[in-house]
Amino acid sequence: MIRPSDMRSSVLSLAILLSLLVVWQVTTHVPETGPVGVVLSQEQTDGLLAQNMSQEDIDYYASQGVAFTQLNQIAGLNLSRDVIDAAGGIRALGISVPDQNSAPAPGSLFPSPVKVGAELWDTVTDPFYVAGTNDMGYGIQIGYSLLRVIIGYTLAAAVAIPLGFLIGMSPLAYKALDPFIQVLKPISPLAWMPIALFTIGDSELSSLFVIFICSLWPMLTNTAFGVAGVRSDWINVARTHELSTFRTALTVILPAAAPTIVTGMRISIGIAWLVIVAAEMLVGGTGIGYVVWNEWNGLRLDRMIVAILFIGVMGMLLDAAFARLQRAVAYVE
Amino acid sequence: MAKPFLSIERLTQQFPDGSGGTMTVFENSTFGVEKGEFVCILGHSGCGKSTIMNILAGLSEPTSGVVKMDGEHVSGPSLDRGVVFQNYSLLPWLTALKNVTFAVAARFPEWTKQQVVEHSTAFLEKVGLTGDAIHRKPSQLSGGMRQRVSIARAFANEPKLLLLDEPFGALDALTRGTIQDELINVWSQTEQTVFMITHDIDEAILLADRILLMTNGPMARVAESVEITIPRPRSRTEIVEHPNYYAIRNHLVQFLGQRSKELAGDSSGGSDERPETVHIDKTTPLREERARETPPLRAINE
Repeated sequence: MIRPSDMRSSVLSLAILLSLLVVWQVTTHVPETGPVGVVLSQEQTDGLLAQNMSQEDIDYYASQGVAFTQLNQIAGLNLSRDVIDAAGGIRALGISVPDQNSAPAPGSLFPSPVKVGAELWDTVTDPFYVAGTNDMGYGIQIGYSLLRVIIGYTLAAAVAIPLGFLIGMSPLAYKALDPFIQVLKPISPLAWMPIALFTIGDSELSSLFVIFICSLWPMLTNTAFGVAGVRSDWINVARTHELSTFRTALTVILPAAAPTIVTGMRISIGIAWLVIVAAEMLVGGTGIGYVVWNEWNGLRLDRMIVAILFIGVMGMLLDAAFARLQRAVAYVE
Repeated sequence: MAKPFLSIERLTQQFPDGSGGTMTVFENSTFGVEKGEFVCILGHSGCGKSTIMNILAGLSEPTSGVVKMDGEHVSGPSLDRGVVFQNYSLLPWLTALKNVTFAVAARFPEWTKQQVVEHSTAFLEKVGLTGDAIHRKPSQLSGGMRQRVSIARAFANEPKLLLLDEPFGALDALTRGTIQDELINVWSQTEQTVFMITHDIDEAILLADRILLMTNGPMARVAESVEITIPRPRSRTEIVEHPNYYAIRNHLVQFLGQRSKELAGDSSGGSDERPETVHIDKTTPLREERARETPPLRAINE
C-alpha cells in the first residue's frame, strides 16, 4: 500500500533530484564545438560558392572558426576538403586558422551528470571486471572494503559487547575502566594509523585494526549504558526466579538492553564505513576509498564521482540493515 | 509454642536519614504466618510495608532480625517465595504465555517444553486468560490483563509463600473486583500461603484470613492482628450481609484513621513487638461486653 503522504514525499524527492541534476548539467555543460564558429554574410557565401567551394565545406570551415579571408585563400586553392585533409590539413598548406585547443572552454572541467550517468551505467552493467591491479570493477573494490569492515567490525563487536556487559553489570569494572574509555574514545581513528602501521607493519592488518578500534567505542559505551539501565523490576524478576548470573544476562538483560546495544552497533557500522574510505586512501592498493584517490590522481572525475556515489549507497544499505535489526529487537514497555 | 510456617523475628530496618543519623522504619517486629493462610498487611504509606515485603522476598536485607520459613533462615531471593509486583514486572519483549513459561521453566528445569507450556496455559486459564490473548505482548494487554498474567506467573510456580505487593493498586475498581475473585479462585485451588500488601480495607476483608495492621512510620510496628471471622467461600455481595463484616470494617477504619497515628513513634525499648490478636465475632455476642458498654463496633478479644 502506498500512502498519499509517501507519494507526496517521493514526488518531492524526485523533484529535488531533478532540479539538482538540471543545475549540475547547466553549470558543467560543455558544447561540442571547439572554437567559436564564424558567421558569414550571404554575400561572402555567394563569393565562395562562385569560386567552386561546396556549401558543405564552407559550413565546416566556418564552424571551425576559419575567417572569411582564410576561406577565400582555401577557395583559391580549388581543392576539395578530402584532398586538403589528405595533404595534412589546411594548416599544412600555410593558411593560418585558429587552433582547436586555443579556444576558451565555455563551462568547467567538472563532468556533467550525463557524462557521470554514462560512466555509472558502464559500472553497474559490468561491476566485476579485472583489467589490472589499478583497473578493477567497482563491485570488486566495494567487496574489498566491505570485507575489511565486516572483519574489523565483527572483532570489535566480539570484544565490545561482552566487555560492555561486564562494565554495565559491575560498578567496580565501570569505575576502573571508565578513565581509559574516556581518553581512548575521542581519538580520531586515523590517528591510530601510524601506530598500527609501525607496530603491526602490515598495511592490510593496520586498516583492519583501525576499523576495529573505531567501531569499538560506540558499541562498548552503548552496551554498558543499556545493561546498567535495565529496570530493576526485571532484574528482580530474574532474582526471584533464581536465575544464574549468566542466564540473567542472556534471558533478561540482553533482550532488555538490545535496543540500546543495536543503536550502538548502528552508530559503529556508520563510523566503520566512514573510516574504511579514509584508511584505504592512506593505505592504498584496493578498496573503494583507494579508488576515489586513484581516480582523482588520474583526473577521471566522472569515475571518481561514481565511486563516491557507491560509497554513499553502500553506507545507506548498511545503515538500513541495522535499522531493520533495531526494529526486530524493539519492544514497547 | 510451635513456630509458625513463616516467622518474622525481631526484624529491624534502618536507613541513613541523609544528615548523618539513622531513620528507623520499624524495630523488633515479630509476627508469624501459618501454612495455607492468607494474610493481608494494612497501613499508611511510608510505614514500611514494602520494606517488609522486599525482605520477605529476599530482595533486600534487614538491618537486624531474621525471617525463617519452614524453620530455615531466609536469605536472598528464592523460587520458594513468589512475588507479584505492583507494576506487574512482566518482561515486555515476551508474550503473556512466554512470561509464564519463563518462570515455570526456571522452577521446573527438568520438565519438557510441552509440560511447561501446558502447565502455564492451565494457570493462565485459571485467571481467565485464554485464546489469542496469551500470545500478545504485555504492551498489547490492558492493565488488568497484565496483572492476571503476573498472578498466573506467580501461582504457576507453586511457591511455598506468595508475596503480593499491592497487586491491584493500579487497576480500576471493576477490574479489581474481577481479579480479586480470580485470585481467590486460584488460591482456594492451590492452598497457597499468601502474604499481601494492600491499601484497600474491603479488599483485605474479602481476601484475608487475618489482617496485620501497621502503625504509621517512622518506628512503625505491626500493632494488631485482626482475624476475619467470616466463613469462606466469601463473595463480595454476600459478605456485607454478614454480622461481623461492619464490625471488622469499622475496627479497621478506626485503626487506620486514628489509632495508627496515636500508636506511632513508640520505641519498643528493646523488646519484641508482637501484634495484639483481635477477634471480632458478632454472631455470638457476649453478654458482659454489652454490659460494659464498649463501643459496639469494636470488640477486642485477646
